[in-house]
Amino acid sequence: MALDRFIALAFVALCCVYGYAAFFTMDQLLPPILQRNPVWPSTFPKILAVLGIIVGLIVLFTPKPAANDVEVKDGTIDLSRLGDYHVGQAIGLLVLMVMYALTLRPLGFVGSTIGFLVLGAVILGERRFHILIPVAAVAAGSIWYLVQELLGIFLRPWPGFFM
Amino acid sequence: MLEGILIGLSAAVTPFNLIMVVVGCIIGTLIGMLPGLGPMSIIAIMIPVAIGIGDPTAALILLSGVYYGAIFGGSTSSILLNAPGVAGTVATSFDGYPMARKGQAGKALTIAAVASFAGGTIGAILLMIFAPALSTVALLFHSAEYFALMVVGLSAIAAFAGTGQVGKALMMTILGLMMGTVGEGALSNTPRFTFGMMELQSGFSFITLAMAMFALPEALFLVMNPARAATGDSGKITGMRITRAEARSIAPVIGRQSLQGFFIGVLPGAGATIASFLGYAVERNIAKGAEQAEFGKGSIKGLAAPETANNAACTGSFVPLLTLGIPGSGTTAILLGALLALNVTPGPRLMIDEPDVFWAVIISMYIGNLVLLILNLPLIPYIAKILTIPRTFLIPFILFFTLMGSYLGQNNSTELLILVGFGVVATILRFADYPLAPLLIGFILGVMLENNFARAMQLYRGFGFLLERPMTLGLLALAVILVVLPSFRAYRARKRAEGVADGD
Repeated sequence: MALDRFIALAFVALCCVYGYAAFFTMDQLLPPILQRNPVWPSTFPKILAVLGIIVGLIVLFTPKPAANDVEVKDGTIDLSRLGDYHVGQAIGLLVLMVMYALTLRPLGFVGSTIGFLVLGAVILGERRFHILIPVAAVAAGSIWYLVQELLGIFLRPWPGFFM
Repeated sequence: MLEGILIGLSAAVTPFNLIMVVVGCIIGTLIGMLPGLGPMSIIAIMIPVAIGIGDPTAALILLSGVYYGAIFGGSTSSILLNAPGVAGTVATSFDGYPMARKGQAGKALTIAAVASFAGGTIGAILLMIFAPALSTVALLFHSAEYFALMVVGLSAIAAFAGTGQVGKALMMTILGLMMGTVGEGALSNTPRFTFGMMELQSGFSFITLAMAMFALPEALFLVMNPARAATGDSGKITGMRITRAEARSIAPVIGRQSLQGFFIGVLPGAGATIASFLGYAVERNIAKGAEQAEFGKGSIKGLAAPETANNAACTGSFVPLLTLGIPGSGTTAILLGALLALNVTPGPRLMIDEPDVFWAVIISMYIGNLVLLILNLPLIPYIAKILTIPRTFLIPFILFFTLMGSYLGQNNSTELLILVGFGVVATILRFADYPLAPLLIGFILGVMLENNFARAMQLYRGFGFLLERPMTLGLLALAVILVVLPSFRAYRARKRAEGVADGD
């Protein structure tokens, strides 16, 4: 099955879950005084769920336009060429972003940011560490200064046990 | 009016206020350029600084300077990196990015600067004329019409998504609306669809979603397919000048879109996003033959249209804010918060009680637009130097800024996990050729749509408002036509094509 059909199917399934939550789980929690209201918190989601299922089914069952209509543009993303792409690098960066989210608090802003910028560049094939590490350090330090001192948003710069 | 202009001039043209305009424009441009950081987040960040100034006139001038700068900076990142920070500049990247890829980044930036300047300046003139008059028009709209108007806006976005894409665009719009219902609704304080997770209590953050939908997939595509980042002449900006013929061809576009953008901006909830998409769609339909085929592949008209329209609409969105006290967009909502903190209450009384604030803001719009043009035209080659940074450095930084943008909005690292999760989903959707802008717009308008829907339902005790108010019915009928017509035409074209195939 083509990917867009598969997504439409997943969307219909999502609408069913969403609709189930809207139709069967929300109204019991409503206080009696609000039940006399013509519009409930579940009204709008119910409408959306029904519309979503209809549109999803239309997309699912609409015949695909002939493939030769689609012209291949340079640099566009095409799923059939997935094998040629650097998928590994992209997944590596995504994992790195998750790591950043998890280490931001425990490691502190400066440490995890330098780590993120350096490792991100290494994943992409950069090996000039004598440029890379100073750039990352200066960027992390100056952004911390900008956010913390000029904008007044608290960012813990060092690991938790330092302060 | 002349008296008002004089009051405004005397209040705005003081050395301190002029410095505020310049500082605001520079800060706005620099931060707005970073992918993922749009006017909304920048103004939110600048509010403490503005309140620190104390003088409401100077503070408002600073904030509007930041606003204009951020919009211009946002167009820069849309053109150079295809990473629009705000929904309002998404349409800019349709033609701006292809131009940059063809090595015409300098020309694209010049056109963006000139179009923004013209849109903003013409918008400011219209604001001066219409601000008093238009408040009466907007007053005719009740919540039922607001609801219908937003439905029209959403279906127009889906309808203009492109041939054969209407169903997919509608699907994305509904997905966005559904995501907008997550968290505590304004109607009652019961959390909805949070599945017991505290982090979802306040709903998804707009900034996180915007970055997950645009900046992150774009960065991942740059990683996966390095050819995508290849620019014509490795970021060297040459040929910034636009020829006389080009100027002549975009002049009518700028004229039309300044007017259209302004009036769309005046309508609450419509704002710069819809103005830019509609502007783009209208100009594509007006253009003939070869010019129409150019759209989406680097057309100068396709770049000038959304740029003019979104700046004019930004100015237009000040009309409901200043005359009614109703913000028409996310950004003006933040400005409203800042005004209230400065002890200025926008509304019909503002022009009478504090004419100096009202007129100084309008005058500072002219000055801001002028400063931006003077500042940015000579700086374009340096701004475009971003393209010469090696991708091994650039991509980690883009990813880092998307992470920072969503982290600063919520100060919560769970937000970052949500960002990555949605980013993956958005990348898969892009692979399957689903448009993502409708999703984001549905998400932004979802809350307002539901609030107005609920209000209309309460006023009319049920669905009666759909039939009792002819204007609502008319607008909803228009929405249905907008969606059905292109699908029907596509269906007929397909049937005809099948018939031909059979005949062979």
